[in-house]
Amino acid sequence: MTKEERLKKRHSAEKRFRFYGLASIFVALLFVLILVQNIFSKGSSAFKKTVIKTEVFYNQELLELKNGASEKDIINADFYEVMIESLIKSFPAKNIDEENELIRLFSADAEYEIKKAFLNNNNLIGEKIILDLTASDDIDQLHKGNYPRDLPEDRRRISNFQLAIYDNFVENDKISKNFNNYYFTKGDSRDPELAGIGGAIVGSIYSILICLLLAFPVAVLASIYLEEFAPKNKITDFIEININNLAAVPSIVYGLLALQILLATIQLPRSTPLVAGITLALMTLPRIIIPCRASLKAVPPSIREGALAVGASKFQSVFHHVVPLAMPGTLSGTIIGLAQALGETAPLILIGMVAFVVDIPSSPIDPSSSLPVQVYLWSESAERGFVEKTSATIMILLTFLMMMNFLAVYLRQKFEKRWN
Amino acid sequence: MNESKQGENMNRLLKLMLGFLIVFSFATNSYSRDQIKIVGSSTVYPYATVVAEKFGKGGKFKTPVIESTGTGGGMKLFCAGVGANHPDITNASRAIKPKEKTLCEKNGVTDIIEIVVGNDGISFAHSVNSPDADFTKEQLWRALAAKVDVDGKLVENPYKKWSDIDSSLPNKKIEILVAPPTSGTRDAWNSLVMAKGCTKTAKSIYEADGKKAKKECVKIREDGYAVEAGENDTLIVQKLTSNPDAYGFFGYSYLVANKDKIKASAVNGVKPSLQGIQDYSYPIARPLFFYVKKAHVGVIPGIEEFLKEFTSKKAMSNRGYLAQIGLVPLASDKYQSTRTAALELITINLN
Repeated sequence: MTKEERLKKRHSAEKRFRFYGLASIFVALLFVLILVQNIFSKGSSAFKKTVIKTEVFYNQELLELKNGASEKDIINADFYEVMIESLIKSFPAKNIDEENELIRLFSADAEYEIKKAFLNNNNLIGEKIILDLTASDDIDQLHKGNYPRDLPEDRRRISNFQLAIYDNFVENDKISKNFNNYYFTKGDSRDPELAGIGGAIVGSIYSILICLLLAFPVAVLASIYLEEFAPKNKITDFIEININNLAAVPSIVYGLLALQILLATIQLPRSTPLVAGITLALMTLPRIIIPCRASLKAVPPSIREGALAVGASKFQSVFHHVVPLAMPGTLSGTIIGLAQALGETAPLILIGMVAFVVDIPSSPIDPSSSLPVQVYLWSESAERGFVEKTSATIMILLTFLMMMNFLAVYLRQKFEKRWN
Repeated sequence: MNESKQGENMNRLLKLMLGFLIVFSFATNSYSRDQIKIVGSSTVYPYATVVAEKFGKGGKFKTPVIESTGTGGGMKLFCAGVGANHPDITNASRAIKPKEKTLCEKNGVTDIIEIVVGNDGISFAHSVNSPDADFTKEQLWRALAAKVDVDGKLVENPYKKWSDIDSSLPNKKIEILVAPPTSGTRDAWNSLVMAKGCTKTAKSIYEADGKKAKKECVKIREDGYAVEAGENDTLIVQKLTSNPDAYGFFGYSYLVANKDKIKASAVNGVKPSLQGIQDYSYPIARPLFFYVKKAHVGVIPGIEEFLKEFTSKKAMSNRGYLAQIGLVPLASDKYQSTRTAALELITINLN
């Protein structure tokens, strides 16, 4: 083989390697793109809800309110009859079956929406106003084009009569899409059009806060001690290896531990952010200690020696000089650890967070769900409307994770000192 | 000066830790509930949640918290003891087993109220794009069992295509998605299809070998023709849609919610329908239950009222809101006895 041939061979080997590298990056990006595209195309419609413009007549007789009724009477008034009367006037129905089908086009909360409008406005007794009432899941999905209508009637959830009403509403411009406030403010519900992630977000925030409060101080102190004060011997080596092992333990194992110790032995309440926070703290602890120690290690010895040389004690040199310099790395490590904890589902399933919780938790010891668990729960539901809700919740979760990771990168780049 | 500052810092740290301890002990000691807790079957979960939501909207009580643990897991939690840390109600897609009764009794859960919620028909379904099908229980057993009898001998299941079982069946590969062993739906499938479809020959061979036919008949083949699909019924529906040759079984409510995508095949010539499941002319219908701890009635607020709401005509009757999402209501005589059990808190015999 001549020199030229060998050179050519070496060059083509390099070219091949570059091509493989590019190809693998391309494939990886393609998968991410398919995933994101899939989630966005399914989920983005969940941020809008279908509403039906309906004329509501606050009939004084049906409300059973006297002239000059007190505020308490109004709050206790029953708006069911007013709702039924107003809804069946929105389209001519021939018999009770048709009336029922008509009423089912509206969400189960129409009654409360009518009541809310009444409480927010003064003196609507005997008045007629036009309200945007939330449509039922079936109409919502039909209007968003997620449910086929060109099927024979017995295979559709929506009857021919309901389709006729829907077409009439669309023709008269009564149906429109509004911002879905329920999705962000309400807790879970069995009616997809009323289900929201408000409760799950609050539950996740509580869990992550408790996790932060427990894991951060312990992890920082442990890593400072191990890195700066502990003697280097077999025992600390053993501890170091085990911290690395713990970081690799599957999260479900921490769930089992929490089930046995926190729930069975200490008897903390099930399905609460308190237990979730402690479990996640146990899980994240080693995952925070490792970057903490790395960032302490990255502080050059000259800093420590300089402090010691001017007469500082070991404690002072560490806490006044080394720890502040290591802080950016410590913080970004913590945030990445918390981001992992935020997306964790498996241990939460074991401690009973896979629960149907309607009320938004007001404290960490109220039963609650969390964002990834909500995704899991909705993905199991039969109703079609939950498909888009599931994808939308994944989008929200991804947004939170991305924000946390950006914050971590930002903190490190902004504050980290480089030692050249 | 620095020393005192450090001292201050340490003090602050100690106080913080003390604060944590106080919060924890507070959380453990003063923990009592004003909210009903329900665990159990994922088949009953959709119905229980709807009732819970309506109950919560009534405004007098907090909305009950419902955890979907599967029937077996729910029973374990339910029978673990009496007190605010244990659930008040467990949902079940089959009746309580003698073993579970003993466990309950051992842990002091002696008074249990049994409520029959309604009926469910296990639907054996496939994609709407494939032709209609009709199976007998024996054919289903032959397609799924680990061992079947061929010419009077017990052999590892040899059937690869439906037409191998019976020439009238389609010439397609057998592919069935089955629920995991922990699910109540699988339990019901085992007792209603596998045990019933098991041939006399197979049963007698098992018994001649000194084995229990009931146990052996329900064993499901593990050679790739029956695929275990997990507790997620929505996922099964998705898989059926994408693969027109595959079959799966799940609760009737999933069939109702997805009738644009999947359809049920007939079993013994009968397709699942509201009427057929209610009078049990559909051959794989089963009752659904929930169990209530009587000791918690009056301690945890709202249990009695919740039972009243669940068993009300508004919820449980043929035109009730549970029927709309696929629960098959009880026949009227059974409804009466359930309603009485709920109102008068009649407990079941544990022995």
